[in-house]
Amino acid sequence: MKQFTFEQKYGELWQQLDEILRELEKFRGDQRDPELLRRFNQHYRQVCSHYALARTRHYSPRLIANLHDLVLRGHHHLYTDKRMLLWKLVRFVFHDFPVTLRQDIGLFWLATALLYVPAVTLGLICYWYPDMIYSLMDYGNVSQFESMYDPENHRLGEHRGSETDLVMFGFYISNNIGVGFRTFAGGILAGVGTLFFLIFNGLHMGGIAGYLTQFGNGQPFWSFVSGHGSFELTAICICGMAGLRLGIALIATGRYRRLDALKIAARPALTLVMGAALMLVVAAFIEAFWSSLGTIPPTVKYYVAAMLWIIVISYLGLAGRRFGHQ
Amino acid sequence: MDIQDTTRTYETPEGVTLEFRVAGPVPRALALAFDTAIRFGIYYVSAIVLTTLGALGFSLFLIWMFLLEWFYPVFFEVVWNGATPGKKALGLKVVNDNGTPVGWGSSTIRNLLRAADFFPLFYGFGLTAMLLNRDFKRLGDMAAGTLVIYRPKSGQTLNIPATPPVPPPLPLSLTEQRAILDFAERGQWLSTERSEELATILQPITGAEGNNGMQLLYGYANHLHGTEAPSTDGDKQ
Repeated sequence: MKQFTFEQKYGELWQQLDEILRELEKFRGDQRDPELLRRFNQHYRQVCSHYALARTRHYSPRLIANLHDLVLRGHHHLYTDKRMLLWKLVRFVFHDFPVTLRQDIGLFWLATALLYVPAVTLGLICYWYPDMIYSLMDYGNVSQFESMYDPENHRLGEHRGSETDLVMFGFYISNNIGVGFRTFAGGILAGVGTLFFLIFNGLHMGGIAGYLTQFGNGQPFWSFVSGHGSFELTAICICGMAGLRLGIALIATGRYRRLDALKIAARPALTLVMGAALMLVVAAFIEAFWSSLGTIPPTVKYYVAAMLWIIVISYLGLAGRRFGHQ
Repeated sequence: MDIQDTTRTYETPEGVTLEFRVAGPVPRALALAFDTAIRFGIYYVSAIVLTTLGALGFSLFLIWMFLLEWFYPVFFEVVWNGATPGKKALGLKVVNDNGTPVGWGSSTIRNLLRAADFFPLFYGFGLTAMLLNRDFKRLGDMAAGTLVIYRPKSGQTLNIPATPPVPPPLPLSLTEQRAILDFAERGQWLSTERSEELATILQPITGAEGNNGMQLLYGYANHLHGTEAPSTDGDKQ
């Protein structure tokens, strides 16, 4: 067929598809006119075949480029997931995240071990040999921690009034989630970055815990951290787990090429990181507005902490089960 | 057939081949510089505005800075057709491996892993990965399955200059026909001297040089535009 005739015959169809695409591109809601979609499907398939014909027959580059553009735009609309964001969020929290976690539960325990074993080890060491803390941080830092958790304090943690709770909330969000993301990102370096973050943080936390407990600040310290610890520590373990997932994909690729194994592992890893980020938001909330209250007696705080731990464990262990396994 | 080796193709399930050109480290670095400057500008303005709100403002500022640091590129890549302002300025676009626009998942993965690409010294790992990878992918791109390509120019309306159609003196292969059509279509962008210079190359076929040759070639192009393809390829319609 002559190109001129070709353009005459189908030019209007291409014009219509362009209009349909413009309509699809601007409308951001979920309700679409079914007639529009039906026309889109029809037109798109036809234009695909026109494009293929134009290429095979070596029609002019301009025509091929224009048809290529239509096909590219149509391809996008046909193959993207457009379900409502809110539903996706709900499904994520109550199904996708816990299920993905349980699928790699071994990695979770590994990450937990990498965090807690150094923590407990150095904690015990610093408890019996307090001077060991100085191999981890300098005198200035240590005395800062001592004053933060001084039993004489009205408020625990950083000295602050109630309005700086807000500021600390912002700080915890930006700082802790940042740490979580970096722990995850380190995983792509064959997991080495993640290992480093987990072990380093574990040593740090454990060392401080052990030191302060023997120093006499045990009560303020533990009543402070126990509240948000459930969410925060678990979330860091999950970020570590996600990073390890990436790292292991690069090493133990199974039947895939290394790059493909990485791409395949990145999806569940992302689910885990995002879920962990949400948990860290909750942890920041608790840490900023509850943990530092000095007026609450420690036993109450410990009870609340135990409740929070039970909540975290049952959420991660049980949520999403009744939908069955993927 | 394609001389540029930065062209990548992907075949869709409809059997159509999509083409795009991947972008290297230099334009991407420039785009990054732009984006960083824009982000600092936003930080500065936000700081001024939010410090007026006291403690609440400062808290919001911290959260806002966090979101900007990690999610500024994600937002633009998904909502703004695959390009942050910096990338748009350089004519770049982020797409999936198969040419489709990025979704939230892919964009988030590639931008979270920016933290790894940043090591050891200002994108050391990222740059190394880009140079070792044939698609110029940094670590984030590899994990997310994305590419940074040059934004395809769309909606070209180049038309062949209208001259009376003249049949070519000998049968031309499809590639040769396309070359003549290409020449005619791009005639508007070339200077007259350059067009004539190119037309002179075909003097053995056209029998004319300079302006005459150019007009003759335009005549061939018009003829080809309305001509049936030769049957050598067997796909007549």
